[in-house]
Amino acid sequence: MLAPTLAWRFLRDGRAQTLLILAGATVGVAAFVFVSAIIVGLQENLVDKTLGSQAHLTVLPEEPPPRPLYEAAAPTLYARRIEEPAPRRRPFDQWQRALRTLEATPGVVAACPKVTGSALAIRGGAQEGVTVVGADAARLRRIVDLPRYLVEGRYRLGSGEALIGDDLADELGVRLGDPLRLTTEGRDADVRIAGIFDVGQQALDGRWVVLSLRGAQTLLDRVGDVTAIDATVEGIFEADAVAEQVAARTGLEVESWIDRNQQLLTALKSQDQSTLMIRVFVMLAVAMGIASVLVVSVVQRRGQIGILRAIGTKQRTVLAIFLWQGAFIGVVGAVLGTAIGAAFTQLLERVTFFPITVGPRLALMAMLISLGTGLASAILPARRAARMDPAAAIRGDG
Amino acid sequence: MSEANEANEARAGERLLELEGVTKSFGDEVVVEVLHGIDLTLERGELAALIGPSGSGKSTLLNLLGLLDRATAGTLRLLGRDVATLDDAALTALRGESLGFIFQFHHLIPALSVVENVMMPAAAVNGGFTASMRPKAEALLEAVGIGERADSWPRELSGGMQQRVAVARALMNDPPLVLADEPTGNLDTETSDQVFELLQRFNAESGTGFLIVTHDPDLAGRCDRVLQLVDGRLVADGPPDEVL
Ligand SMILES: Nc1ncnc2c1ncn2[C@@H]1O[C@H](COP(=O)(O)OP(=O)(O)OP(=O)(O)O)[C@@H](O)[C@H]1O
Ligand SMILES: [Mg+2]
Repeated sequence: MLAPTLAWRFLRDGRAQTLLILAGATVGVAAFVFVSAIIVGLQENLVDKTLGSQAHLTVLPEEPPPRPLYEAAAPTLYARRIEEPAPRRRPFDQWQRALRTLEATPGVVAACPKVTGSALAIRGGAQEGVTVVGADAARLRRIVDLPRYLVEGRYRLGSGEALIGDDLADELGVRLGDPLRLTTEGRDADVRIAGIFDVGQQALDGRWVVLSLRGAQTLLDRVGDVTAIDATVEGIFEADAVAEQVAARTGLEVESWIDRNQQLLTALKSQDQSTLMIRVFVMLAVAMGIASVLVVSVVQRRGQIGILRAIGTKQRTVLAIFLWQGAFIGVVGAVLGTAIGAAFTQLLERVTFFPITVGPRLALMAMLISLGTGLASAILPARRAARMDPAAAIRGDG
Repeated sequence: MSEANEANEARAGERLLELEGVTKSFGDEVVVEVLHGIDLTLERGELAALIGPSGSGKSTLLNLLGLLDRATAGTLRLLGRDVATLDDAALTALRGESLGFIFQFHHLIPALSVVENVMMPAAAVNGGFTASMRPKAEALLEAVGIGERADSWPRELSGGMQQRVAVARALMNDPPLVLADEPTGNLDTETSDQVFELLQRFNAESGTGFLIVTHDPDLAGRCDRVLQLVDGRLVADGPPDEVL
């Protein structure tokens, strides 16, 4: 391999220039890695907070077609009144089939049928309005990782067992192992507190009472029925695409977390755009730095390039020599820059409230982008070198 | 060396170099003709000098012979092949295989060691350096008298030594013809003599043809044949005692 050998030798020979462009590439990549890691960390933290307690997807029973209260027989009448069906009591027809379809949809990694409804929790003199959530324990934990947030007791949903949030426990003055009475219109259930969780969100910690699926079905008078099916998807940002898939396959209404959090997503997107801008400008600056130094080196080596061409070096090889120089700078700059960027993020992480890591994905991306930048910035100098007229180059003019 | 000698003799039937009515002009708007109708034949194994006043077109002619530039008109045949019919890649290949070059300046590639510089023509043709090239390069360095400096860097060598390396490099691919443009131009008289003697020796021992541009009548006088260029025309061509 003549071109990489000569490229390496040229870089080694032009020590000061090489160190200069290498420093430029390294600083650029370090800035790239640093900024990317912070933004990714911040975004992951935000998304994590949001999704910690929310299902990625929720499949809802089919909305019965709005039924006109009356429809005039006469074609001249355009007005009609539409009444929304009552939302609460809607049964979920054939939810088992929907569950199977959902689980078979690519991108869906877990699904959990659930029953939710309102109830009153009573303990001694205290009573609180709560949200009863009934689900299979093994399925539910793959939607909301309650075991992770459990502060007391065990993650268990046997019959007569309940998990409640720490805030609700405080309100009611109950502790682990205490009995609790739940009532709805005419139905009661007595449960024992098997575990207390602290998700960090008032809506859960202060309201949720998690029961077994069957327990909740009985209490809420929905035996055999569910209110919705939650699902977890593989790529959270593809959740809306998966939702569309599921909707198309089942004919049901499917809601993704993206639908529910438009504001957050808009914020993330504009953040993405500004990071993209920063990255592009940083790498553009690096590219121009590499290109200008390489152009200078091409001019300085005119005579040598002329000699190389005269003694039989192909034009293609001369082109490749300078492209290889760009590639070497790009790769070495990526390695050093990623290391430095990672070191800086480590320092910063000590003062932030969220974790920042430079993962293999970011490192790989930095490597590819840096290599691309090095190559791209070498194109111009390389072509200049390859097109040099050897006679003129040896003569020292032209 | 004897192998190269045989190879050179084996193809002795065909002319090394033939020029018929070669002209060369420069410029697009203002066209200046620098060489006017050059007819010239070089045989294998000749040691020829090209002399002439400054600006007479010696380097221009050498560039045409070296396939570094194309003639404006006329035909130039190297080893029987009309070079006008060859594309740039083919010219590069032919140049690498059949021609050696020695220049006054830009002798060596500073980023390569001495022995690598000598191997460079073989690497260029072959597409990379190989270990098998090294013994030959070392033998050539031995032959030019600096065998012990193989692993030095060019900048560590004196001007005369660097030119010896350039001579060794020109011979690396056993070319039938070496073109030298004022190879001793910036060397002192003694060193210049030594380098010229090297060329003479390679010519005698291996039958390599040399065309040497020089301003030095003394050196020209020691060649077999002298070509004189004045204002872009060959005005004299013959043995030194006739021309000088
Ligand atoms: N690329 C070019 N463009 C325009 N004119 C050129 C070019 N190359 C050479 N010339 C002109 O051609 C003429 C011959 O130049 P050349 O370099 O061949 O002379 P030379 O005999 O080698 O001179 P010297 O002994 O000084 O080296 C000069 O007038 C020069 O200016
Ligand atoms: Mg000249």
